[in-house]
Amino acid sequence: MDIAIDTSKSRYHIDKNGYYGRFGGAYVPEMLFPNVDELQHKYMEVLSDPAFQQEFEALLRDYVGRPSPLYFAKRLSEKYQAKIFLKREDLNHTGAHKVNNTIGQILLAKRLGKKRIIAETGAGQHGVATATVCALMGMECVVYMGSIDIERQAPNVSRMKMLGATVVAATSGSQTLKDATNEAIRDWINNPVDTHYILGTAAGPHPYPDMVARLQSVISEEIRKQLLEKTGSELPDYVVACIGGGSNAAGAFFHYLDEEEVKLVAVEAGGKGVHSGHSAATTQLGKIGIIHASKTLLMQTEDGQITEPYSISAGLDYPGIGPMHAHLYETGRAMFLDATDDEALAAAYELCKLEGIIPAMESAHALAKLKDLPFNPDDVVVVCLSGRGDKDLNTYIRHMNK
Amino acid sequence: MQNRIDQLFAAKQHGVLNIYCTAGYPELNDTLPVMTALQQHGADLIELGMPFSDPLADGPVIQDSGTRALKNGMSVHTLFEQLAGFRERIYVPVILMGYLNPVLLYGVEAFVKKCAEAGVDGVILPDLPMAEYAAEYKTIFEQNNVHLIFLVTPETSDERIRQLDSLSRGFLYAVSSSSTTGKDKDMSHQQAYFERLQQLKLQNPVLIGFGIKDKTTFDTACRYTNGAIIGTAFIKALGEGKDIDSTVRTFIGAIKN
Ligand SMILES: Cc1ncc(COP(=O)(O)O)c(C=O)c1O
Repeated sequence: MDIAIDTSKSRYHIDKNGYYGRFGGAYVPEMLFPNVDELQHKYMEVLSDPAFQQEFEALLRDYVGRPSPLYFAKRLSEKYQAKIFLKREDLNHTGAHKVNNTIGQILLAKRLGKKRIIAETGAGQHGVATATVCALMGMECVVYMGSIDIERQAPNVSRMKMLGATVVAATSGSQTLKDATNEAIRDWINNPVDTHYILGTAAGPHPYPDMVARLQSVISEEIRKQLLEKTGSELPDYVVACIGGGSNAAGAFFHYLDEEEVKLVAVEAGGKGVHSGHSAATTQLGKIGIIHASKTLLMQTEDGQITEPYSISAGLDYPGIGPMHAHLYETGRAMFLDATDDEALAAAYELCKLEGIIPAMESAHALAKLKDLPFNPDDVVVVCLSGRGDKDLNTYIRHMNK
Repeated sequence: MQNRIDQLFAAKQHGVLNIYCTAGYPELNDTLPVMTALQQHGADLIELGMPFSDPLADGPVIQDSGTRALKNGMSVHTLFEQLAGFRERIYVPVILMGYLNPVLLYGVEAFVKKCAEAGVDGVILPDLPMAEYAAEYKTIFEQNNVHLIFLVTPETSDERIRQLDSLSRGFLYAVSSSSTTGKDKDMSHQQAYFERLQQLKLQNPVLIGFGIKDKTTFDTACRYTNGAIIGTAFIKALGEGKDIDSTVRTFIGAIKN
């Protein structure tokens, strides 16, 4: 497997200081320095270790159910006049791509001798995936989740509790993913020795963006093999993924970053419209700054206060994006689009009707842009279907009758 | 002119009391009245917090004071407006403490120049990495005679403490335990850490902060270092107190008595 591949020659991966171009780094208070420093020094050594890779691969295969299928969506393809494949991360154990990362990080935490795991969660998918691997390894698990998300993603809260995790409500700020992440970081400051923080997206201080991207890179590693089998080429014309912090997109893009002929499309949450004041479209609304210890693009006021974002989808309701994506945006390597709440809802219903798949609200944002991309009939398009929609049923039902 | 922080430590090596307050708290225009009362009732140094939406190193009390200050309309610009001319009244050294993002957006050089112009003596930015400071900002701070003060914690290695000490100007901020502010962790286990700081024979004076809340904790800190910093306990008192002057008098009185 290629999770420890040498990326030092690529302009789209981190440099030796943990920066993607001018984005990245580790802007942590001194209280977190030892933890972050330890990770920086050890993560590549651990990811390169054949024993680690074996264990990671075995769990992904036997426990998660990888490789996830690459499914040719025939009726969707007819509708949009292209060859559309869905990378079925929704079929993973726990229902989303998030588990690829949590399996990797729990194995890392064990190697570092940590006893206690903390995590943040938005949609609850990362929380569930973390609670799951903690149960699997018999480790204590505390998940921070914004109060608003606890309400709108209730089924996942129950799942986490059933799996033995403690769910702590983040009640500050916008009471969503940003605030849950703040609380997780504060917990880590207060528990510097025995605790590992399983960050759930390709954001946060170096080495998290690169580490999470590498653990998620199994997605594009598989896509290449599966496409070769199905189309005779490893390279599609388009890879499309939604972006919250950017982990499923980082995984889907990873092994295509240096294949410049493959068009990469990142879809952000437009909310009620990019300029409605209720949006999470960071590349359009953001400026460079520091969020969660990473220098990246983020939504902020003229005074440098971080803005409270909005999206119907809890997993995309975040005012920043990971530094890799800020760099892909700035260099033009990836195309950044946004999908509104309504576009995403329509795309979700459409996938149900055409393909019999209920997607996660987040993944529906990626699907929503199929209608806007200028496909040729021969174009091969891979959409990362990052998760399934069970957790979103309440939202879907509420909007069905409108 | 010699930096006021250096003047202070040249004159006073023991029992230095540094009090933290959030700018624009409890009310927007309380910044100067609080500072005036702090000086009058015996604070040796004032650390003025610039409120931030996402203060990662702070516990609930200081977070809430920042949220309230932001609601009151506090911003970096407003703070500098409030500080214009404050040196006519305040002679104790003043340090601004805040997070890097608002300072980056303001422009580090513009910010430091503004500090110098207003008469601010030092800056604490807990999320500014040492290497980035050394490479990009050190000259700006030094040319403007504004001190940048670094933090160390019980988990910081001796080697790194020395590096931070050599870059720090004014004093070194020793966080008493690995925690966010106001956590109330027991300080009695920190003796070994405080002694380690003593034995390192650092070039800067050292002040201990986090968890200092009353006379006992203040005196303990002062036994090992040049003084201590009180934040959360003072913000609590300000939030609960009636008028600023008597709250500050009572608070400092109980520590120094
Ligand atoms: C199904 C699903 N897709 C996407 C995301 C967005 O996260 P990321 O951008 O890290 O992939 C989430 C986050 O919760 C999710 O649950």
